[in-house]
Formats: sequence, structure tokens, C-alpha cells
Amino acid sequence: MLSRALRGVADAAQRRIPRADLDERDPDFIRERLPWMWLVASIWFRGEVRGLGNIPDSGPVLLVGNHSGGNVTPDTIVFTLAFNAYFGVERAFYQLAHNLVLAMPALGSLRKFGTVAASPQNARKALESDAALLVYPGGDYEVHRPTWARNRVDFDNRKGFIRLALEQDVPLVPVVSIGGQETALFLNRGDRLARLLALDRMFRLKVLPISIAAPWGLNIGDMLGHVPLPAKITIETLPAIDVRAEFGPDPDLDEVYDYIVGLMQDTLDALAAERRLPILG
Amino acid sequence: MRVKAQTIVSAPPRAVWEVISDPTRQLGYMSGITRWEVAGERPAGIGARYRVLLRVGSAEVGGLIEVVEFAEPRELAWTSVTGVDQRGRWRLREVSAGRTRVELRLAYGVAGSGLGGWVAEHVAAPIVTGHLRRTVQQLGRLVEAEQVRARALARRTTQSA
Repeated sequence: MLSRALRGVADAAQRRIPRADLDERDPDFIRERLPWMWLVASIWFRGEVRGLGNIPDSGPVLLVGNHSGGNVTPDTIVFTLAFNAYFGVERAFYQLAHNLVLAMPALGSLRKFGTVAASPQNARKALESDAALLVYPGGDYEVHRPTWARNRVDFDNRKGFIRLALEQDVPLVPVVSIGGQETALFLNRGDRLARLLALDRMFRLKVLPISIAAPWGLNIGDMLGHVPLPAKITIETLPAIDVRAEFGPDPDLDEVYDYIVGLMQDTLDALAAERRLPILG
Repeated sequence: MRVKAQTIVSAPPRAVWEVISDPTRQLGYMSGITRWEVAGERPAGIGARYRVLLRVGSAEVGGLIEVVEFAEPRELAWTSVTGVDQRGRWRLREVSAGRTRVELRLAYGVAGSGLGGWVAEHVAAPIVTGHLRRTVQQLGRLVEAEQVRARALARRTTQSA
């Protein structure tokens, strides 16, 4: 009975997932909302984005970030503002997001920001259109890691982003952020619970996170999001990596993965060392 | 939102003009500016375009600007082509021999952004005004120091001659 009901919800959610249409990105819409984003990023999160000059000024580029903050992802808000302000809304910039995020009725406007459902096809389409593409390989697994693992890059061994960079022959720019996992007290991913309820098969959800977050208190699933604590978000953009130039024409994926994750982890450790207090930064 | 800053510089307008009209020198004295690059073939004068970014809060904002007024050594004005809507103006006036009043004005906003834009413009105003104030102060110190060095060089040249 429960299983049938869940399957029904899953089917309904799947039907709501919009087809990727890069044309839905609307530069005027983004431009008019940048002031709101600037207010949130500057006042609430005291965002600081460094090294945007490391992103090539034009052409396709794959931005690879670590992801934090549960279903409310302050690192994406701060980085999207910074990217659009720095390069201008005229430069096409897409972000891959979990299917369920785009299926939520209240978040339909994300598509106008250039957010498309995470899939290899959508990623290819975006890069083939010469756009900048932001991906979070850790996805739902990383974004719901416990708060005590906040300063850890955890891509769950997902290497699709390296295959994508090689296939499209585009530079890869690591984007490392800190602070997002201090916006609530994340207790457990609930990955076993998700498997038990077959959420993985039905919704592509590998987790059913448990956290303590405003205004809910105990927050299971984080499906309705939460009010994030005003943690300082710092983001460091690292120099671009040409995977073939650095690892040869036929690189070993494991070697590249270890190198990129290691580099991002070193940067995250350095950002963590700068922080004096949680939330305050 | 309109903000401005002004100062009196102990130097003739021409000396100030040489600094403010030279695109290679903007990063040296303009507060908060993280990028000032010539965009196009014309480095200065009417029609010259620059890619300019100013750090305000958590973002570097700006875009492409174009010089629309270039009246030596009195007025230099620009307007935005892309990015945040802006109009800016340097206004130089000689107040007495060898002294110049320097005024820097900036009007900015995001057309169509409604209440969010209005609030953001007002929240950003003290930050932008602070940048403008430090810019004219740093410009004044830079130009006055160059005047002192030029006079010292002239003295040494005269003595050695």
C-alpha cells in the first residue's frame, strides 16, 4: 500500500520534471533579480567569492563545486550572483540540479536562472552551446553530510564530471566553498532509510536527511527547505585544469579524480583554517 | 541612486586629468576596483570602452562602460553598455592657481528590478560612497606626490645645469 502510494508520488514528480530547454534561461529575469540575490548574499551570508579571474573569459567551461547546505544551497546563491555580476548576464551560465528540485512548483523560476535537471545529456547540451556549466558531483549525497563532516569534499566517488570534461574537451575549474554546512545542524544523511523506502529507485534520492533546522526543529527529508542560519559563505575558484594537458591524452579517471578532490580538499582545509568561529566565519 | 565625493587637489587640472584619463592608471588609485581593462581598439577619448568591476558587498559588479564626454581637462563622463546601469562623471575645476576641485559622481541602479533594486541601491550606497571618497583622496595624494617629484626633478636639473 505504502509502496504503491510512493510510486504514485514518484510518477507524479517524474511527470513534473521539465525537459531541458536551455532557451528557458532568461538574462533579463536574472538581471532584475540580481539585487535581491546581492542582498541575501551580502547581508545574510556575507558572501565572499575569490579567484573568479581563474575562469576563462569566454568559451565553454565546466565548474565543479563541492556542495553544502541541504536543499537550501547558499553556496549556489552566492556563486550564481558572483558569476553573473562578474561576467554579465549575457554570458550563458547553467547549473545542474536534482530532478526533484526542478519539479517543485515554487522553484520553477530556477529554470530562468539557467538551472537544468542533472543528466549527462543536459550537461553535454550546455557545454556544446559554449556555456559555462556548474556541476556538483556530490549532489544530494554531499549536500546532506553531517555538520561534523562539513569541511570534507565528498563526491561519493562519482567521476562523471571528468568523463564530461574529457568528452567535451573543456577546461575544468574547481570551485570550493565553505560555510554552507553551518546553516543548520545536519545530523544524518539517512541513506539507509532512503534505500529501505526505495527512494533511490523511485526519485533518484540516495538520502533522506535528518537535521535540526529553523523553523521546523527536527527536519526529516528537508523537502520544504528550511531557513538557513546566517553562516558566512566563502568561495574560492581555483585555476582552470586542462585534464588532457596535465594527465595525457588518455588519462586514468581514478588518478584525475584523486588529484581534483585532493586539490579541492586542500583548499577547503585552508579555508577552514581561516575560520575562527562556526557561522560567524 | 546618486552618490558623489569631492576633494581639493594641490595641482593644476591638467595634472589631475592626465591621471584620470589614462586607463592604465585606474587600478592604482581607484578604491574597490578589481578590473579596469580597455575593451576595443580606442584606449581613451569619446567612444573608448572599458570592462570595469567594483567590489560591492559579496560581488564584483560593473560591466562594459563607454566614455561619452571627454572635454580636456574638465569633464570626463561615461555610461554603461552592459551590466549594472551606471553613469559616472569626473568634474575638474580650477579653484585658484595650482589648485583643483575634483568631483566624482556616480549614478547606478538596475532598471526593472523593483523594490529589491531600490533596497539594494540604498544598502550599497554607503559602500559605494566610501569607495568614491577613498578614490578622490588617493587620486589627490597621487597627483600631489607626482607634483612634488616633478618639482624636485626640475630643481635638480637646474642645479646640475
